Amino acid sequence: MDTPNKPLTQKDFVSDQEVRWCPGCGDYAILAAIQHTLPKLGVTREKTVFVSGIGCSSRFPYYMSTYGFHTIHGRAPAIATGVKLANPELDVWMVTGDGDGLSIGGNHFLHVLRRNVDLQILMFNNRIYGLTKGQYSPTSLVGLKTPSTPLGSLDMPINPCLLALGANGRFVARGIDTSTSTLGDLFVAAHGHRGSSFIEILQNCPVFNDGAWDNVTMRDIASENQLWVEHGKPLLFGKDKRKGLRLAPGGSHVEVVTLGEGGVTEADVAVHDQTNRTLAFLLAQLALPDFPMAFGVLYCDPVPSYDSAVTAQNATAVEKSGAGDIDRLLRGGHTWRVE
Amino acid sequence: MDTPVRSKDADGREILDSVVIRFAGDSGDGMQLAGMQFTQTTAVAGNDLATFPDFPAEIRAPAGTTFGVSGFQIHFASHDVLTPGDEPDVLVAMNPAALKVNLRDVPSGGLIILNTGAFTPQNLKKAGYEKNPLEDGTLDPYRKLEIDVSKLVVAAVEPFGLGTKEALRAKNVWTLGLLYWLFGRDRTPTIEWLKKKFAKRPDIAEANIAALNAGHVYGETAELPTGVAAYKIPKADLPRGHYRNITGNEALAWGLATAGRLAELPVFYGSYPITPASSVLHSLAGLKHYGVTTFQAEDEIAAICSAIGASYAGIIGATATSGPGMALKGEAMGLAIMTELPLVIFDVQRAGPSTGMPTKTEQSDLFQAVWGRNGDAPLVVLAPATPGECFYMAIEAVRLAIKYMTPVIVLSDGYIANGAEPWAIPSFADLPKIPVAFRTDPAGFHPYVRDPETLARNWAKPGTPGLEHRIGGIEKNFASGHISYDPENHQKMTKTRADKVLGVAKDLPLQKVEIGNERGKMVVVGWGSTYGSIHQAVRRARKDGLDVSHVHVRHLWPLPSNLADLLGGFERVLVPELNNGQLVRLLRAEYLIPADPMDKISGMPFRVAELEQEIRVKLAAPLVRNNRLS
Ligand SMILES: Cc1ncc(C[n+]2csc(CCOP(=O)(O)OP(=O)(O)O)c2C)c(N)n1
Repeated sequence: MDTPNKPLTQKDFVSDQEVRWCPGCGDYAILAAIQHTLPKLGVTREKTVFVSGIGCSSRFPYYMSTYGFHTIHGRAPAIATGVKLANPELDVWMVTGDGDGLSIGGNHFLHVLRRNVDLQILMFNNRIYGLTKGQYSPTSLVGLKTPSTPLGSLDMPINPCLLALGANGRFVARGIDTSTSTLGDLFVAAHGHRGSSFIEILQNCPVFNDGAWDNVTMRDIASENQLWVEHGKPLLFGKDKRKGLRLAPGGSHVEVVTLGEGGVTEADVAVHDQTNRTLAFLLAQLALPDFPMAFGVLYCDPVPSYDSAVTAQNATAVEKSGAGDIDRLLRGGHTWRVE
Repeated sequence: MDTPVRSKDADGREILDSVVIRFAGDSGDGMQLAGMQFTQTTAVAGNDLATFPDFPAEIRAPAGTTFGVSGFQIHFASHDVLTPGDEPDVLVAMNPAALKVNLRDVPSGGLIILNTGAFTPQNLKKAGYEKNPLEDGTLDPYRKLEIDVSKLVVAAVEPFGLGTKEALRAKNVWTLGLLYWLFGRDRTPTIEWLKKKFAKRPDIAEANIAALNAGHVYGETAELPTGVAAYKIPKADLPRGHYRNITGNEALAWGLATAGRLAELPVFYGSYPITPASSVLHSLAGLKHYGVTTFQAEDEIAAICSAIGASYAGIIGATATSGPGMALKGEAMGLAIMTELPLVIFDVQRAGPSTGMPTKTEQSDLFQAVWGRNGDAPLVVLAPATPGECFYMAIEAVRLAIKYMTPVIVLSDGYIANGAEPWAIPSFADLPKIPVAFRTDPAGFHPYVRDPETLARNWAKPGTPGLEHRIGGIEKNFASGHISYDPENHQKMTKTRADKVLGVAKDLPLQKVEIGNERGKMVVVGWGSTYGSIHQAVRRARKDGLDVSHVHVRHLWPLPSNLADLLGGFERVLVPELNNGQLVRLLRAEYLIPADPMDKISGMPFRVAELEQEIRVKLAAPLVRNNRLS
């Protein structure tokens, strides 16, 4: 049992189960980042619940020494919603994959976000179905050759952050599996946000889609291809932060500029405003090769969470009508006596 | 008026035992409303009753068409009433289409009340009549009351300055007034109801009251044709008590809310709208102050999953749906079975596969409930026989779900869901509490520690310090609860899950015989909403000295522990069902007995007469065993 005066450490969140992901799987780094971050959030193990769907990533709860529910394919959002509505005091984290969350669970993904249930939703995006051995997923690029697409996939991929914004998600962020410290920061931010907090985590599947994110994550090109956004800070990237994003007149799109070239100064570079939904859409869409990919908290603009609204409505009903009395309920309306 | 006229009372009314009235009109004619009001006043007048609303799936089918006809049948009597009646003694036909659809059910000599004002050439054509049935002799075998209700109602509400269209809306209420006079009903409850309903439009309320009174006065003053009189149906001899009318869906909702109180746990109800289950959601949504949280999910899968999440979190998770929605919920039921969580699932059955016939009744989800999941996936299945029983079944479902940590399905159907009956209201204090014991002690804990008696695992809710654990749909080790692919362990776990559910039989009342001997020539075995018709048919057959008994199974899985022995005491077992032979196959499979099927798959309930006929035919036939089902 956790005693309040003894602070928890990373080790306290490690379960006794042997982790069974493939060697080199990006999931290990994400697991470590969570176990490292939770003690910093001042949470207790007993109030923390991990809910997942099905997929390699969804094995996650087994490795946490918190409460955990490994459910069915795609349905974690619905189950997590039930958990949170039943007991809003619980701190609920949801783990899903790109297949789990966007294919079979696409519908639930959409609805949990638009309802704004207070959850931290982590989507491990490896652009492939891992557990079922390498079929293409809804985020796979066109042309990907897999056992189910020997001639190359034809489906257009989904951009998870864009979809989350479109679903009216109020917290949308993107991170990278191996970038442990930034991932920790994102977890902290997501946890602090009351409502659905969505984090897409680029994750490498070394067995079925090795290197799918290399063009953004490889160390030597990272600075050119990653734009880390921070609220109130200019959107700068590149070696020595010499490049930036400038909002085109009218704000309909962004363009890459280089400081010092053609009279461009830092003042021309757009400043990140995480409450600006339009900017968030622009950032979420940025893709190689013309743009860097955006990371960090792309959007955060809280509104009251669904569970708090449900709790409030239930409380108002009690205030208005008193705690319901069964005898009154059954005898309400038309009744008569037979003597 | 299935029993002969007995006598006249002092004020000249003819005394009848029992009457069946069917209101039929266009979907927009307010027939359900007239039926419900007639039901209320009839209940207050002290008759026993049963009702059967039958409405089209189309919300507003084109006016005047046969597929837009809405009907409401009520059977009321001075004795106990078990069914809404086989055929209407009185048919109220508001337009030609209503006449066309319903006339075939009226026995010759039956009374037909017609709104002649609606028999226009245009309406006759829409109903598919080539000649006017009022003029071509079609109605000769019947007694008739032909009244231009449309004209009379417009005149009656004239002082209120409504437009013709609005005035005509009161046709149903005018007709109701006439029926109130014919059957000696008090108008007061309906007048009060109208005042409340139209509190914001007093002019409309007054116009409707005027229409009601006008219909009544018409009965009093008009010269009624020969063969039509005013009637009186004496009070039924109901047990003492405080009564109300209740429909099956209302009873499910109230039962669930009551169960929450009995268990002292909040209720979470996740559901997705589907006919005929939706009104359970509507009822519960109004009960938030009873500790009920309702959640309209994005689909049936999310609905059941949210309920499973709630159960996992330590409250009562429940969901409801109808056939196609049940199909979608299957995988999640498997999850609840594997994780051994309590869960209550109402299936308000409708007719047919896929979308089938949404507003028609059937009992064809029995296999789906008992067997319809992947893997060996046992759970408990209950079936209420009457609307009022739905209340107790909802409570029983919660009790069993919690005690055995299992999903429980309650199989209702469209007929019970919408049908109403007078119901003796129980007192909360008389209902047994539902014990709940959450695990709190970390010593020796793992999530699949079982109670040796019930085989139920312990319920450890998140938030409890020291019990942090992980569960999921993957097979788990019997001892540790950890993931296990061990072959012998899977065999053991499968048997354990099965034994746990079969063990529920020890907790159930022994199967009794509803009427008749404990052994003999024939037993008629029914389940669910066919109770009333079967019971009445067996009663009638027994009155004629036939050796037949009625057994009604309310616990379909596990089956009652004495059912095999009981059925073994009869030469013949007849199983009438509103499906293509499901319980009959279950009984054959479980007990290796040569039970005979009797199926009806028309979307309509059994008529007592057809059941009685089948009993006679089967009893008269030589005992030859044909082991194949048709
Ligand atoms: C109803 C159902 N359909 C299909 C499957 C098979 N299945 C398991 S995981 C998976 C895809 C997982 O991919 P993703 O969500 O990307 O997770 P990853 O394994 O890559 O972490 C599929 C199709 C299943 N378990 N259940």
